[in-house]
Amino acid sequence: MRESVAQRLSAASSDNALELRGVTRTFGALRALDDVTLSVRPGERRAVLGSNGAGKTTLFNCITGDFPLTSGTIRLFGEDVSGFPPHERIRRGLRRTYQISLLFGRLSVVDNVYLACRGVSRGRFSMVRPRHDDVLVEAALNLVEAVHLTDAKDTRVADLSYGQQRQLEIALALAGAPRFILFDEPAAGLSPTERRDLVEILGNLPGHMGFIIIEHDMDVALRVAESVTMMHDGRIFKEGTPAEIEEDPEVQALYLGGGNA
Amino acid sequence: MALQANIGTAGLGTGVVERLAWLRRVTPGTWLVVLILLIMPAFAGDFVLFQVFGWSFILGMIGLSLMFLAGYGGMVSLVQMTVAGCAGYMVAIFGDSAITTISLGWPWYLAIPVAVVIATLFGTLSGALAVRTEGIYTIMITLAIASAFFYFTRQNYVIFNGFSGFNGVLPPALFGVDWRQPTAFYYLTLFWAALGYAIVLYVSRSPFGLALQGVRDNPRRMAALGFNVTAHRIAAYAFASVIAAVGGILLVWSNAQVSPGTAGIGPVIDILVIAVVGGLGRPIGPFIGALIYVLLRTFALDVLVALGLAGERFQLLIGLGFLVIVFWSPDGVLGLWDRLRARAERSRDVFRVNAGRGR
Repeated sequence: MRESVAQRLSAASSDNALELRGVTRTFGALRALDDVTLSVRPGERRAVLGSNGAGKTTLFNCITGDFPLTSGTIRLFGEDVSGFPPHERIRRGLRRTYQISLLFGRLSVVDNVYLACRGVSRGRFSMVRPRHDDVLVEAALNLVEAVHLTDAKDTRVADLSYGQQRQLEIALALAGAPRFILFDEPAAGLSPTERRDLVEILGNLPGHMGFIIIEHDMDVALRVAESVTMMHDGRIFKEGTPAEIEEDPEVQALYLGGGNA
Repeated sequence: MALQANIGTAGLGTGVVERLAWLRRVTPGTWLVVLILLIMPAFAGDFVLFQVFGWSFILGMIGLSLMFLAGYGGMVSLVQMTVAGCAGYMVAIFGDSAITTISLGWPWYLAIPVAVVIATLFGTLSGALAVRTEGIYTIMITLAIASAFFYFTRQNYVIFNGFSGFNGVLPPALFGVDWRQPTAFYYLTLFWAALGYAIVLYVSRSPFGLALQGVRDNPRRMAALGFNVTAHRIAAYAFASVIAAVGGILLVWSNAQVSPGTAGIGPVIDILVIAVVGGLGRPIGPFIGALIYVLLRTFALDVLVALGLAGERFQLLIGLGFLVIVFWSPDGVLGLWDRLRARAERSRDVFRVNAGRGR
């Protein structure tokens, strides 16, 4: 198993869903990401772990294009997207969720999901109202159901509970046939029941849908991920299977040392 | 209510029934307003038709273009009155006016579309400059463009005829009607105002309108959903500019003249006042604001004189009115109305605790 991870790392093939080479991002003197090289196969589920300030969310922001890179390249399904604006990367099948929900507070739940479906399809500028049987309206309603929000579908998002907003956050990321998703601490602030729901939703994603999950809750992270990347001070310092990472003495000293993180 | 159209409700009947479903959501109060507006010329005098309602509809349309940008797009643009003024100038330049040395005298079916297109281009370009900024900076950039236009038209005599501008700019006598005759002008402005209102209401629930509201609430997330936020904002400016341009042409016709003062800093601020006083929440807001503004503008002088005060202080009354409304309701008259209705509903609910939901 260790070999296959090593192989994946060295593989420069364009078959990877996501491939980062020497990605560096600095904020003034701070190297938030320092020469990060990482590749993820299509359909692979990867957890990124690390303490606060390790550069995990910066990594996501660089992959989606929210932050331009200081140096390095990012390939998405073989295509160099390093210079692409965020919306162009999204249209190529990349999605993300946010640690702090970024939703459209004054629109209803179904409108939020409808926008997510519309964003990656044609007719974004259409001035014609959608019909009842519009495929995207149906897709939006199905997604609302998939994240258990059907009862609240006409509620203004600002009036939803925190847990419901987290569920909606996931629905937005699942809209429009994504190929690769970045989940930024989806379980943060959820109750144990909601966490179980979340693990179920993530586990039920179609096999071709790979993702990277940032998660402080080791229980969630290690249950949904098949490989783990440990980050520290903007660098990757260990990769392996969940079991390998859990047993690694260095990791234990750095991250798991204080008990159950 | 009306904004909740289409999405969500499962289709029950045939297509036609579905398509007419929105008619059932129109409240009796709205029908009454529509009816009164339609039969207004039967009982209102020429002054009220032309000077009060005609002017209100025109200012309401220009305010509507600001409402679309600010209410749905979160972009407070001070350039909308300038776009209107630009359209007015173009109609005078390409069409007919008393300044025959400059006016090209094109027929109306060429001059009007060209005027709308040029004004829309101007508004879109202004938008393209402004959309990369937020909040106060958008206001500053658009205000700068508005004042640049004002000073340019005042100093340029070759195209804009400088300080005096153009007089004798009249609507074409289409269908043999003198459209500046009060009743005809009333219906002309009512038609375009109602059309602009209906289109904005419709577009607000289209993908374009919804996406614009998404951009307002959270531009970063919109980009993360695959939307080109900048392009969407510029498109919103283009859309709003068309409405402002039509309003501007009607404004010039109503005054029969256009001069730098038409889109001076005063009128530019007035449009902002109209939109804010009426309310930026829904497209009807600017029309309410425009009616209040025109009523104050028209009758404040008489009220002051009747009270034995100096008539020239009518601006003070307008300012005070603005202050009072904004102080009590930051979201304008619409916000005040919504809160009163919510309160009425709450007190009704108290009496019907177990009798099901109010509304």
